[in-house]
Amino acid sequence: MEALWLIPLLPLLGFVTLLVTEGRLPAVLVAMIGAGSVGLAALAAAPVTLDFLQQGPGTVFAQPLWVWIDVAGFSPDITLYLDGLSLAMVWVITGVGFLIHLYATGYMAGDPGYSRFFAYMNLFVFAMLMLVLADDLLVLYLGWEGVGLCSYLLIGFFHDEPANGYAARKAFVVTRVGDTAMALGLFLLFRELGTLDIQSVLSAATTTWPDGSTTVTVAALLILGGAVGKSAQLPLQTWLPDAMAGPTPVSALIHAATMVTAGVYLVARVHDLFLLSPLAQSALIGVGLATLFMAACAALVQRDIKRILAYSTMSQIGYMFFALGVGAWSAAVFHLMTHAFFKALLFLSAGSVILALHHEQDIFRMGGLWRRLPLPFAGMLVGAAALAALPFTSGFYSKDAILLASAAAPGGLWLWAAASLAALVTALYSARLIFVVFFGPPGSAAGPDDGSNNAMRGPLVVLSLLALGGGWFGLAPPAAVLPDGGVSHGHGGWLAWVTGAVPLLGVGLGYLLFYRWRERTAALVSGAAAQTLRRFWQAGWGFDWLYARLFEQPFTALARLNRRDVVDVPFVLTAALLRIGHQLAADGQNGRLRWYLANMAAGLALLLIIVLGAA
Amino acid sequence: MLLWLIAVLAGGGVLAWLSERMGAAWPQRVALLVLAVAAVCTAMLWIGGADAAGLYALTDLPWIPRFGIGLVLALDGLSLLLVALTVLLGAVAVISSWTEISQRHGLFQLNLLMTLAGVVGVFTALDLFAFFVFWEVMLVPMYLLIAIWGHEERGYASMKFFLFTQISGLLLLVAIIALVLHHQSASGVLTFDYRILLGAAAGVPAWIMLGFLAAFLTKLPGVPLHTWLPDAHTQAPTAGSVILAGIMLKTGAYGLIRFVVPLFPEASLELRYPIMLLGAVSVVYGAYVAFAQDDFKRLVAYSSISHMGFVLLGVFAWNQVAVQGAVVQMVAHGFSTAALFMMAGALQERLHTRDLARMGGLWGRAPRMGAVTLFFVVASLGMPGLGNFVGEFMVLVGAFQVNVELTVLAALGLVVAAAYALLLMQRSFQGSPGGSAQGGSAPLQDFGAREMAVMLVLAAALVWLGVYPQPLLDLSGPVLEGLGTGRGALP
Amino acid sequence: MNAVSIPLEHVMALAATLFLIGLAGVLVRRNLIFLLMSLEIMMNACGLAFIAAGARWGAADGQIMYMLILALAAAEVAVALGLLLQLERRLGSLDIDAASELRG
Repeated sequence: MEALWLIPLLPLLGFVTLLVTEGRLPAVLVAMIGAGSVGLAALAAAPVTLDFLQQGPGTVFAQPLWVWIDVAGFSPDITLYLDGLSLAMVWVITGVGFLIHLYATGYMAGDPGYSRFFAYMNLFVFAMLMLVLADDLLVLYLGWEGVGLCSYLLIGFFHDEPANGYAARKAFVVTRVGDTAMALGLFLLFRELGTLDIQSVLSAATTTWPDGSTTVTVAALLILGGAVGKSAQLPLQTWLPDAMAGPTPVSALIHAATMVTAGVYLVARVHDLFLLSPLAQSALIGVGLATLFMAACAALVQRDIKRILAYSTMSQIGYMFFALGVGAWSAAVFHLMTHAFFKALLFLSAGSVILALHHEQDIFRMGGLWRRLPLPFAGMLVGAAALAALPFTSGFYSKDAILLASAAAPGGLWLWAAASLAALVTALYSARLIFVVFFGPPGSAAGPDDGSNNAMRGPLVVLSLLALGGGWFGLAPPAAVLPDGGVSHGHGGWLAWVTGAVPLLGVGLGYLLFYRWRERTAALVSGAAAQTLRRFWQAGWGFDWLYARLFEQPFTALARLNRRDVVDVPFVLTAALLRIGHQLAADGQNGRLRWYLANMAAGLALLLIIVLGAA
Repeated sequence: MLLWLIAVLAGGGVLAWLSERMGAAWPQRVALLVLAVAAVCTAMLWIGGADAAGLYALTDLPWIPRFGIGLVLALDGLSLLLVALTVLLGAVAVISSWTEISQRHGLFQLNLLMTLAGVVGVFTALDLFAFFVFWEVMLVPMYLLIAIWGHEERGYASMKFFLFTQISGLLLLVAIIALVLHHQSASGVLTFDYRILLGAAAGVPAWIMLGFLAAFLTKLPGVPLHTWLPDAHTQAPTAGSVILAGIMLKTGAYGLIRFVVPLFPEASLELRYPIMLLGAVSVVYGAYVAFAQDDFKRLVAYSSISHMGFVLLGVFAWNQVAVQGAVVQMVAHGFSTAALFMMAGALQERLHTRDLARMGGLWGRAPRMGAVTLFFVVASLGMPGLGNFVGEFMVLVGAFQVNVELTVLAALGLVVAAAYALLLMQRSFQGSPGGSAQGGSAPLQDFGAREMAVMLVLAAALVWLGVYPQPLLDLSGPVLEGLGTGRGALP
Repeated sequence: MNAVSIPLEHVMALAATLFLIGLAGVLVRRNLIFLLMSLEIMMNACGLAFIAAGARWGAADGQIMYMLILALAAAEVAVALGLLLQLERRLGSLDIDAASELRG
């Protein structure tokens, strides 16, 4: 396990190499460094994992590297910390990350910023690894901000287009709001507990604070704020759909598989704080459920294939938050992992489709592609099946676990019902995606040349297998870390049957609505009310509209108004007054004898009046 | 030794001036050489190690004994750190003026080095009178730098700079004399020696502290005394901006740490929250006004106000973590802002404008400059792993222990910082190349080896500060401890 | 000295009137010659006041002062006439406002 430090170091080296060579390397070499460094990191993770498994799932390994800061008790160390939870994350990041990098070597071929792209991607992998391997909340925050930066850089990768820059800035600033809340949470934890070391914080928290104390609730909620921002949950979710401006592999890696799930990881990592605070747990449920619904409905009406997937990601992370809230910690992490598989698969397949159609993203201009693009079709099919949680796909196991766990929670039947309803919508939009893109009437999109190459096909195949079979991994290592002791499939009986049947129902309904009766569906939704609803959902429930009026526009308008800096006014006024006085005095000095004399006489008269008046 | 250091800088300035007769390129070379010598001096002092009292060097000469004035120069860890920063950024400033200055090279370098000499004096003087003298010494050459080699509105800007500094300097002088007289009436000893005044300042009227505060707050600058800075920065030549932002603002912060709180602990405690409020307001307001600027340099200038607000907040939180954070922030801000001003200067040299509305899409035309700007912009918005983050975070951690509301307010500045910093990046280097009026999409002369070398040094310094600031903290830590920044030590 | 003496107030009033007339002349006239004449009137007004005051208190000071004023007036006229000639020669006019080059 001593090789742990190699895992984050390799991507960092890749980044540095690509940086200093300034894009002068040939593309082959760039691809080898870019994808290779992540692959090597995955290889380096293998012996670590073997060691870990030998020592049992409860193993904890900390590798101190150096003292970062040490001032008067504020002493965060740069220490890598490996336990079951971070190990699972490491595999998601390096494994899925490597596949996506590999795919990207083909997808991005010929781009002038090829080297820059892989530099950013490697930096991202490094930051993400730091995030999950951090032993200290401040180090975690380093990774946390680092992935945010890379997300910004990669969303705005095609920076010639101002809209991309806007989307990138939006992503960064909106998540920064959450990050700032999280930072405040860290300040609070440090003030109360005197440390930011995660394990010390957790153990100190449980001994210091009674259940439901205000302080722990506030701390948990502030940290939740960070998680909500990074994971695109209500109310900080607006950046994610726009983030699709980035290249598709970026969407797959950052905005589906890894970064956006960091919030889930964070909450799972500091679960003791949430266990101490029922209110924070309820907040998790509330945020999760609300986002789940909101995003699922929004996904149902999008036309842009990537936006569908973006809203779907949002909604699936909502599931994870929901799971965390109901205490199904392991199920949440399990879903995080399976989601990484199938959502990466969906994005990469979508990328192949988009590339084949020369950057067409409107699903209604696709249609009938299943014959022309068999591999992306297969990938998308598998991915959508897992997303809809059709039985025996990976998504089925994780989602089932969440739903059944929710039923076991207090007030659970309602929660279960709500989540199941959302699962129905999920299945519905998954079906819509498949039927419209691959079976709909052939669209107007361009010719049939399949733009993919082997570098892109390989990852699709591997990810398809993972998305299908990933559910059989079970999830022993994280379970040892989390309080619920693993994914339970308890609570059999009718609930289990219904839960399993809901996706099938959704898909069936989708088949009818979007394939069999699609004309009738079209007629049905052409009414004014339905159209209004469609537009409302398509705009993501109007949050962008609302925030623009509530925050963005007043902020910008006021800033514009104050561009000259109102604080300067008194100083400028003082200067102006002095200038006027100076002008007056200077004008009196005009060289006219009679003017002087008159002034003298007037002054004398004035003096006389004063003197006589006083006398 | 310290006197020599100052003499080297001042004398070297004269030498650089005279060397102009040998050719226009000579003053720069001489100045660089002088700074190299100064750097060697500093390094020797550093290596020489500190004595038992934590001093690396001490000069104690009588000057005007009748009034108790001595030439007391002392170098402790904090001073050493700032002197090293001064010398390093001085060299950066000289290099950045390599191609920009087109007239009176000798006089330019003279003023530059004189400013540095004054700054080094300020950072080392332990006699209030000597401190004041150095305080004024650094002002005049800076005024000349702006007034002679500045841009379009240099007259207005330099005069504004001069008046703000001069008036606040006057208040400082009055306060110094009042303090000394107060001490004399209390103890019968007339002295300007900081070391003696330090212990015996109980019962000093609070208004005396306000005089010090006014001077340092103006220099820092803190809202609402900041308005000279955007004008001065915008109009100053690149080297002037580098020195102004990188070093001179730090004299204000240094004054707060060295003089205001230790000399006036009671008054500082009394005014703690109002001043911390000013700090937090500076953070947010500076960032917010920066967001609206169209002028590259003006934007960076306002961002400086925001960054120095953290320093103000940290100093008056006055616990070890916060003040150490303030020190890190001072140094890190010196590096990041110097680099951004150099970038603004480089762009102006190439595009003949600082107007962001006329830039855009420059990345494709000068990728190195783009990457460098990106790095420093990101540093400026407080990315972990780079120096500014360490400073800001420590300040906030420390301040949070003192006052929650003000910390929350200042933390909002982090969000606004992201907004202005990324907008700067967008408007200059990203976006469509068609938007730039200057020369369409023709390649721009990108950074060469000289400029890249400077930028890499600054970038490396920021990374070092970001991932391993401990050596720096160890250097300044004992000093701050000695000044009484133990946790909650502000009585 | 039993002659009917003129009350001091009357003489003073006359002096003040004369002074004001002279002042008004100085203020409104631009021609240097008239200016000088007005100045002369003002000085004589002062002289009158001195003499009257001297007579009132039986002191010689008033008369001495008047002698001084006379001498002063003579000197002034001598200098002023020289200036006047120069002015006429250089500027071609006797307008006093034309001679404001120094703005002094």
